[in-house]
Amino acid sequence: MKSKAIVTVLGKDRVGIVAGVSRVLAENNINIEDISQTIMHDFFTMIMLVTVDEDIISIANLQDKLNKLAQEMSLKITVQSEDIFRYMHRI
Amino acid sequence: MLINQDEIKETIEMIQEQRLDIRTITMGVSLRDCVSPDGEQLTENVYRKVTESARNLIETAETLQKKYGIPIVNKRVSVSPISAIAESSDLDDYVPVAKALDRAAQDIGIDFIGGFTALVHKGMTPGDIKLIDSIPRALTETRKLCSSVNVASSKAGINMDAVLRMADVVKETANRTGDKDGIGCAKLVVFANIPEDNPFMAGAYHGFGEPDKVINVGISGPGVVRAALEKHPDADLMQIAETIKRTAFKITRMGELIGRESAAMLGVKPGVVDLSLAPTPTPGDSVAQIIEAMGIERCGAPGSTAALALLNDAVKKGGAMATSSTGGLSGAFIPVSEDLGMAEAVEAGALSIEKLEAMTAVCSVGLDMIVIPGDTPAETIAGIIADQMAIAVVNKKSAGVRLIPAPGKREGDRVTFGDLLGSAPVMRVNNFSCASFVRRGGRIPAPLTSLNN
Repeated sequence: MKSKAIVTVLGKDRVGIVAGVSRVLAENNINIEDISQTIMHDFFTMIMLVTVDEDIISIANLQDKLNKLAQEMSLKITVQSEDIFRYMHRI
Repeated sequence: MLINQDEIKETIEMIQEQRLDIRTITMGVSLRDCVSPDGEQLTENVYRKVTESARNLIETAETLQKKYGIPIVNKRVSVSPISAIAESSDLDDYVPVAKALDRAAQDIGIDFIGGFTALVHKGMTPGDIKLIDSIPRALTETRKLCSSVNVASSKAGINMDAVLRMADVVKETANRTGDKDGIGCAKLVVFANIPEDNPFMAGAYHGFGEPDKVINVGISGPGVVRAALEKHPDADLMQIAETIKRTAFKITRMGELIGRESAAMLGVKPGVVDLSLAPTPTPGDSVAQIIEAMGIERCGAPGSTAALALLNDAVKKGGAMATSSTGGLSGAFIPVSEDLGMAEAVEAGALSIEKLEAMTAVCSVGLDMIVIPGDTPAETIAGIIADQMAIAVVNKKSAGVRLIPAPGKREGDRVTFGDLLGSAPVMRVNNFSCASFVRRGGRIPAPLTSLNN
């Protein structure tokens, strides 16, 4: 079953953030559909829309894997099912 | 991208900075099929039904928490009123049932189990009397059990015999847990018009009109509302109401999503979303601070009741648009010890029990988590309960009273319960007596509003 999720990354800017996050996603067969990234007050922020094949990895397990990366690179990374945004902001 | 980036940022800010969370997922479980004349068999049936029904509750909540990145703070179970379930058994008191419920709660890892309950607004059966007599021991000898007794309703009036009896029970429960400032009373609430589908403790129980199993969700989010108001310091009151409404809508949608999904995962019926703004002792997560953000210097100052009425109504309007399954208490909670802003307002001398009582006329909960001197007479406690019951009965609303007469403590002392229960100063109680009134007993008849069929 495929489902859409939003990955957000926040942290101090440094080399390799996009590469690191994309690598974890690629390793788990997750396709990036949209990506936007900006630097706000020295802080790197990135929002990605991805498609997760939940037969391969659940969003919860993906969060665990990204948490490991987040710790290594001193970032804050969250993965949330897209539904939460759709539910909160749309009728 | 289909979803606007600002909306994504807003959601993440709400969760990470403004402490938006799902306060509670509560599974209601009917125990009507557990009845047995043999007490031992009954307790075994109760333990088995609860553990079998809610075995996957924690796991489900944790999965959803990760999937949506939203914290789910409390996982709970509510059960059918034990007074009715245990009545036909040969038990002399219901402490063994209380212990079975507590053991079930501990074994499945939930935070609280509610339903050590009796409904006695018009009168008491032998089972009700046994349950009420068992409360002080039940709450002392268990850890996760919560108890509630409904003593009044808009159709029956106020059962003053039950009010006075409950005042004694409150005192005895406080004394038995005196080494912890009477913390047993934090798990006991005296109610009027108790809702059957309320996911919030201590008043949660599984009503007789409910299905066999159901999932009720309680939302939270005072921090989000306060942050939204602080972005508009020059807004007039109509605009404030509008801002709160919009915020309540978003918070409730999240509750609706979690409720629906958890019910589907557990294979039970989705129940209600309780629209309550429930504070915590954490800085910023306070209903008092929302009132203060509207321009009241300290919660309790003149204008506080009007501000709370505005808040409560706007939350309901926004929430009602977001879900068709509203229920429970649905409104702003104003507990004292659990809300940092409330506790500070008491300490500053801005907030009294009398002002809180006035404020309960326009919000959902009643006199909640109020610490009073340990030597307060039971009759005075009965008088405070009766006043709150009268407000609820006449206004056709729910209200509970959760008073903690902290043994050995005097006005101005401070008690700390820890965790979500927080910390509060001991409040002043009016010392003039109402003993002759409450000792008369009998029932205060229902007001004429009962003839609205």
